[in-house]
Amino acid sequence: MSEAARGDVLEEQIDQWRGFVRRRRAISASDVEEMEDHLREQIADLGANGLDDEEAFLVAVRRMGNLDAVSREFAREHSHRLWKQLVLVPEADDGAGGLTRWRELGVLLAFAVGAGLAVKLLFTSVDDEIAQIRNLAFTVLPFLAGWFAWKRGVTWRVCAALAVVAAVPALAVNLYPFETTPGPYPAPGMTAVLAITHAPVVLGLLVGVLHTGGNWRSHDRRMDFVRFVGELAMYLALITLGSMILVGLTFGVLALVDVDLEPFFEDWLLPFGVPGALLVAAWLVEAKKSVVENIAPVLTRVFTPLAVLMLLADLVALVVNGPLTTVDRELLILMDAVLVLVLFLLLYSISARDPLAPPNVFDWLQLALVGAALAVDAVALTAMLTRIAEFGFTANKTAALGLNLVLLVHLAWSAWLMAGFVRGRRPFAAVERWQTTYLPFYAAWAGLVVLVFPPVFGFA
Amino acid sequence: MHIDKDLVAASATPLVLGILAEGESYGYAIVKRVNELSDGRMQWTDGMLYPLLHRLERNGYVRASWGTSEAGRRRKHYAITEAGLEALAERQKQWDVVADALRQVWQAASHPPFPGPATAGGIA
Repeated sequence: MSEAARGDVLEEQIDQWRGFVRRRRAISASDVEEMEDHLREQIADLGANGLDDEEAFLVAVRRMGNLDAVSREFAREHSHRLWKQLVLVPEADDGAGGLTRWRELGVLLAFAVGAGLAVKLLFTSVDDEIAQIRNLAFTVLPFLAGWFAWKRGVTWRVCAALAVVAAVPALAVNLYPFETTPGPYPAPGMTAVLAITHAPVVLGLLVGVLHTGGNWRSHDRRMDFVRFVGELAMYLALITLGSMILVGLTFGVLALVDVDLEPFFEDWLLPFGVPGALLVAAWLVEAKKSVVENIAPVLTRVFTPLAVLMLLADLVALVVNGPLTTVDRELLILMDAVLVLVLFLLLYSISARDPLAPPNVFDWLQLALVGAALAVDAVALTAMLTRIAEFGFTANKTAALGLNLVLLVHLAWSAWLMAGFVRGRRPFAAVERWQTTYLPFYAAWAGLVVLVFPPVFGFA
Repeated sequence: MHIDKDLVAASATPLVLGILAEGESYGYAIVKRVNELSDGRMQWTDGMLYPLLHRLERNGYVRASWGTSEAGRRRKHYAITEAGLEALAERQKQWDVVADALRQVWQAASHPPFPGPATAGGIA
């Protein structure tokens, strides 16, 4: 063997050793570097004493000691490392990294304040409450989108294209001649409510395009967006909880001196606080991505077995006490909610699963979950279809039924793929890929409800 | 000769502090120095040295700084601090007491007292 080839073999062995050591959470990157220097010196000295590279490597690694024991010793000294730490604005060794992070925080705060100002402007310039609500998403989400566009360095062309696409539902909800319900207190009609509730979904998925940095065709980036949304929901819930405690305490303390916080709370705190919370939560998710165990997948582990039990109980109750007599919108919406819940449980455990791991009990449990959900839905749907055939379609029923079908297709095909996976006939990647492949259908469905439903159902 | 691991562990801190009192050093050189001092009879598990060094650093006994080796690799150097020197002096006193006691007991053991009633006269 030539000198160079021998060196390569040694480098390869050292690489492998480094890989092993790095996997230990208690041993940090700089510790590995320190130990590698030690290892190399040892090998060089042993080599000088006449050992060849391979022998020298083996002796040096042996002298380094049992990796488990060494790692335990490191863990004893650095126990905090096992608790992953969130460093929002890290002190970089060279100073430059820290500066970038401060700049990022500054830009984020600017976007958050911008969103607050926009909401404030919306509330002061528009008096109609319904108009305020239907424009809220179109006021706040562009700032989140803008932040992603800045962070990912998305091209102007992509931004412009997305703005044009987003303008379509914005114009539709504002310009369609929606009818209001007759009576002394006019309320928006069915199609208006449907459009208002579905438009944010379209917009949210468009923000997702920017989250992927314009690379929305990539299934990996799409899955990242799914993970992002899950964590965002968790962070928002926690921030909301914290804010409620803080505001409650402030109200209480100020009440002692007869200062009423309410006007300030309604006029300033809410318009700035809520969009601010959204952006800060988004920033936290981005910052801690690799720091903390994702919480949404952890929750799916806890709730999947419970959800299976719940659905089986539902199924038994429906079959024993059936046939269903009160088939209406509520039942449809209830069934949609059940399917959405099951879908989230499925999606978030898939998002955190190692695609290379062999099928395990949890995969079977998930298959059972999807199966039970489909069975419950089938019972409800068959009852429903006959009733709808009798009484005809309204916008609400059609929207609920349509969503049910969209979800049904998603879950049924997932179940089919999962069944293939647990029996070892299909790789897990197929299941994962289907989830991200199907995502745009939700945008398409929501777009359909916003744009096509109102004219079809006469804007009622 | 195999040296009991408890003994190695107990002597590690004063040894490292003592070696660093001779001057700034780094991990591998410290291990080499230990080998030299003990004629290769004290075999350390090299990896264990680093958590120990980090503990000493956290306690303020040594100060660490990153430098570069002759080969151009990044290398962490350790230097003893004032607190480290104090700790070393304290450890030295403790070990002196232990070593002194041990020496006396070895001497006594090498001149075993006569068995039987003769021992009534006392030791040695």
